[in-house]
Amino acid sequence: MTTPKTNTGANRVAGKGRLSPSRTVSFTFDGKRLNAIEGDTLASALLANGIHLAGRSFKYHRPRGILAAGAEEPNALIEISRDNARRQPNVRATVQEVFDGMIAKSQNRFPSLEFDVGAVNDGLGRFFPAGFYYKTFMWPQKAWDKLYEPVIRNAAGLGEAPTEADPDHYANRYEHCEVLVIGGGPAGLAAALTAAQSGKRVMLVDENAEFGGSLLADAESTIDNQPASQWADAAYRTLSSLENVTLLNRTTAFGYYSQNMVTLVQRVTEHMARPDPDLPRERLWQVRAQQVILATGSIERHLVFPDNDRPGIMMASAAQVYLNRYGVIPGSNVAVYTACDSAWQAAFDLKEAGVNIPVIIDLREGVDAALLERATKLGIKVKTGHAVTGTSGRLRVRSIKIEPVNGTGAHEIAVDCLLMSGGWTPSVHLFSQSRGRVAFDEKTGAFLPDIYMDECESIGACNGTFDLGELLVEAQAAAVNAVASCGVKLRKPKAPKVENAPSMSGFHIGAAKGAGPDDFTKAFIDFQNDVTAKDIRLAVREGFHSIEHVKRYTTTGMATDQGKMSNMHGLAIAADTLGKSIPEVGLTTFRAPFTPVTFGALIGHARGELFDVTRRTPMHGWAEENGAVFEDVGNWKRAWYYPQTGEDMAAAVARECKTTREIAGIFDASTLGKIEVVGPDAVKFMNMMYTNPWDKLAVGRCRYGIMCREDGFIYDDGVVARLAEDRFHVTTTTGGAPRVLNMMEDYLQTEFPDWKVWLTSTSEQWAVIAVNGPKAREIIEPLVEGIDLANEAKPHMSVSHGKICGVETRLMRISFTGETGFEINVPADYGRSVWEAIWERGSKLGMCAYGTETMHVLRAEKGYIIVGQDTDGTVSPKDAGVAWAVGKKKTDFVGIKGMQRPDLIGPNRRELVGLKTLDPKVVLEEGAQIVDNPNHPVPMPMIGHVTSSYWSENLGHSIALALVENGHGRTGEKIFIPMPDETIAAEICSPIFFDPEGGRING
Amino acid sequence: MVEAATRLYPLTGREFAGNGVNMRPLDGEHERISLRADDVAVAGLGAAIGLELPTKPGGVALADGLSALWLGPDEWLIMAEKGAGIEDKLNSVTTGLYSVVSINHRNMAILVYGANAVNALNGGCPRDLSLEAFPAGTCSRTIIGKAEVVLWRTDTHSFHVECWRSFSDYVWKFLVEAARCA
Repeated sequence: MTTPKTNTGANRVAGKGRLSPSRTVSFTFDGKRLNAIEGDTLASALLANGIHLAGRSFKYHRPRGILAAGAEEPNALIEISRDNARRQPNVRATVQEVFDGMIAKSQNRFPSLEFDVGAVNDGLGRFFPAGFYYKTFMWPQKAWDKLYEPVIRNAAGLGEAPTEADPDHYANRYEHCEVLVIGGGPAGLAAALTAAQSGKRVMLVDENAEFGGSLLADAESTIDNQPASQWADAAYRTLSSLENVTLLNRTTAFGYYSQNMVTLVQRVTEHMARPDPDLPRERLWQVRAQQVILATGSIERHLVFPDNDRPGIMMASAAQVYLNRYGVIPGSNVAVYTACDSAWQAAFDLKEAGVNIPVIIDLREGVDAALLERATKLGIKVKTGHAVTGTSGRLRVRSIKIEPVNGTGAHEIAVDCLLMSGGWTPSVHLFSQSRGRVAFDEKTGAFLPDIYMDECESIGACNGTFDLGELLVEAQAAAVNAVASCGVKLRKPKAPKVENAPSMSGFHIGAAKGAGPDDFTKAFIDFQNDVTAKDIRLAVREGFHSIEHVKRYTTTGMATDQGKMSNMHGLAIAADTLGKSIPEVGLTTFRAPFTPVTFGALIGHARGELFDVTRRTPMHGWAEENGAVFEDVGNWKRAWYYPQTGEDMAAAVARECKTTREIAGIFDASTLGKIEVVGPDAVKFMNMMYTNPWDKLAVGRCRYGIMCREDGFIYDDGVVARLAEDRFHVTTTTGGAPRVLNMMEDYLQTEFPDWKVWLTSTSEQWAVIAVNGPKAREIIEPLVEGIDLANEAKPHMSVSHGKICGVETRLMRISFTGETGFEINVPADYGRSVWEAIWERGSKLGMCAYGTETMHVLRAEKGYIIVGQDTDGTVSPKDAGVAWAVGKKKTDFVGIKGMQRPDLIGPNRRELVGLKTLDPKVVLEEGAQIVDNPNHPVPMPMIGHVTSSYWSENLGHSIALALVENGHGRTGEKIFIPMPDETIAAEICSPIFFDPEGGRING
Repeated sequence: MVEAATRLYPLTGREFAGNGVNMRPLDGEHERISLRADDVAVAGLGAAIGLELPTKPGGVALADGLSALWLGPDEWLIMAEKGAGIEDKLNSVTTGLYSVVSINHRNMAILVYGANAVNALNGGCPRDLSLEAFPAGTCSRTIIGKAEVVLWRTDTHSFHVECWRSFSDYVWKFLVEAARCA
């Protein structure tokens, strides 16, 4: 019994190509089910099925076919999906491998690819000249929002992004190697083979599924007596067997950064039908290479002639690839139009595979005799010194018009496919990204690497070396050089024996016959952006003389393909119009990425939970279990308030505030920054970093410290405990912890490197449990060992070392509430257990747990500032009313000079005051502006703003802190806060609203 | 009598094994010291705890249950498996100037081991972790993703990853993800 043979397309040629015809897969294109062979690209599968029409162009909606066979493809941009969320627009059909079940859809057409209403733009082409957008949507200005912008947005862009979240994941890998070879064609393979002999780490990357590059489509050449593709396969096998070689296929080197940092994107699952969900879709490699060998090859240029964009017109080398790698012919009646020898070989290959070649048209008069002879032998008609000056056919080319380059007399030839070649453009993209400078080479008509700025070398076609034999030798030499720079001497390897390598010479850049002077013909130079030869000429005539301006005005060389095929043509036409030479006009800058990269690949692991670090305190779990609502403070999650059943935030905060003042409250202060300052010069250092004097602070005592920047403005604050003569326990604000340590280290290392003092962050060494309130002492006393908590023995602003619940503690008597307060520092892993023990006892006595909101209210009732809320980087200690913390007798500290600047000591400073609204129930908005006269015409002079504002349950009225011009001298005066719907009147008062005598703190 | 407090580690109970990578948090009664010292004090401090403090970048010195990791020209991370009173021993040195600060609870450790451990770590650590560049017995202060860590290669395929307590959840989850797709 025989199984019925799956039809993988009428254009398959038996016995040709590298695929195994028995392994078939099926996919859909615009809803139509088609079969392919495993390893096919979408482009080869479509061509096998006789489909050239792959999309509609961007601007004119012209039918477009598959033009190329590689990453440079400007036309065949397809939407590929597995499911709704895994839907990727603008995938190049020439790169995407077909997998079983793949759904492919054409883009930029409505309602269908064959009939597209947008194609009306094509007929209106004369109304869409270069710079159309800049010229047209100028006025009236009102039309922008309602008309122009929505219309342009709808028309702009290709493809549609999925609305679902991306369900795939993406990996990242940092890698190092001695030699990174980019490009796995003949040059890259030869370089890797040689470099690998050094035993050093060699990486070889190629964007294709298979290594071999041009060799895989080369049916003529032999290397060391093997057919080229077999030599490539053997080289690949050798390299894969070596432990020091990393081979990455389906991997594009897209960015070249300073000091040989090269970024690669590896497409891990894009070709798989049912990938393992653990596999990343793509992996970003960030490779640091000692030496980089660039073997990035070259890209074949099309020819610029009228209507050169019809489906069925494609690159000669692409046809060779489809035939020799995929066993697919692009048509049955295929003409060839070229200015380069290599396209002749494509004609010969196709002819030998049974395709009719009606004619080879060469722009050049003189063509190599061997080519002519072989054409004659194969029975192919040749027209040298001729040009194609027109084509016909709506959805597929039907005929071409040819005429002599120097003369007249056109005639038409029927074809179903036209191959073209304008020669080869070396891929200097990555070299250029490495800041290397290119120079124009008249002989090859190409920009070639000239001045190198990094440790790299270009070899092969990207270096202008097209001859197979020559480039293999060049590759070997480059590898020997590269490993020599890594300290390994290799003997010069034997040059491979190369026979029958096809000639690559001959080229044409710019418009060919028929593509001008300007008329209504469309001779495309940039297929993706629908830029024609006449667009470039128009731009130059309108005054855009720099190639960078021409690019932006006409959009040539922009979009996803970045002008891989069109740049040289655009440049040549601009140069021609300007009457300058190509090197005089210069090249636009190549930038990363070489080909489009997904955001997913760039983001890597940094999404969801791993987007950023979430820091939790040791007591976080308890707070969660006890219903805390959290707020983000920097990377920390902090308990904001603890609502009980039925309570909203206001009710919870009011209860927490009242309970803490009347009984006691427990608060997690673990996130405070802590720095241990140790060494004989510790006090000297503290004197320098803080405005306060520290010499007289006794061991065992604490002091509130203010840190300024050199400009004299407050930078941070916190309580500092002196643990020993040479040891301080410094606390900082939660958000300020890293920058305070940085600033301290900076001064220590750059200004005072001879001072004997060391800084260690202990922020996370200590969990900090604050217990505040009249019953605070009673609650913790039974748990504490070795510390006398009596008021006389342990006064406000003191620190003791002892034990709580059997573990070591640095117990401070300090208060940020104005109540008797203790901050219990215990080693972090004990934090939760000690907290629970205090809770166990305290809750029986009526203690509550409170969060950061209550902490804010209680401190505001006492007029204690929060750096970053009541200060904003322009507030001096004097402005903030804490001038008492600045040592009057000190001769130096960071900020001392800044504080003496005239504008800091002059009048009209904004100073921190309290505000009481005349209506005690009104709570001001933080950030609201303050004015003296609300009846002043707008704009009113603003004299300050509200920095903190709360409802105070303890006082029965609202309270606020504000920065007000000359505020300290204006107590009792009325000011106004204009809001959108009312103007609120308030009175300036002392910022200390509660217990101004401060008796409670010492209770 | 007050009930003694219990030590609760941040990652207790977590474990990972897959794709050639194993991970577990290293809980235990370790002692960890951040030691800073001037040149004069180095020899005496080493002698006090029975080893020679490494003075080469990335150096690690080991003694009975004790390790000293070079983190900077005047900075070491000293770790002891069991208490052993390291802090007191160091503080008894009288030659030279130094700073001894306990960071026992500030840091926590994750052990990462297995044939694919290097690839998992290089998912977030930009260092060259080849055996030539980073042999067993080398340490470095570096990063994993967005978190600072001290990375110590204890063996060809074993690493001790030391990070701050509140970063440990992130580092753990990052390494699990990196290991899965390494």
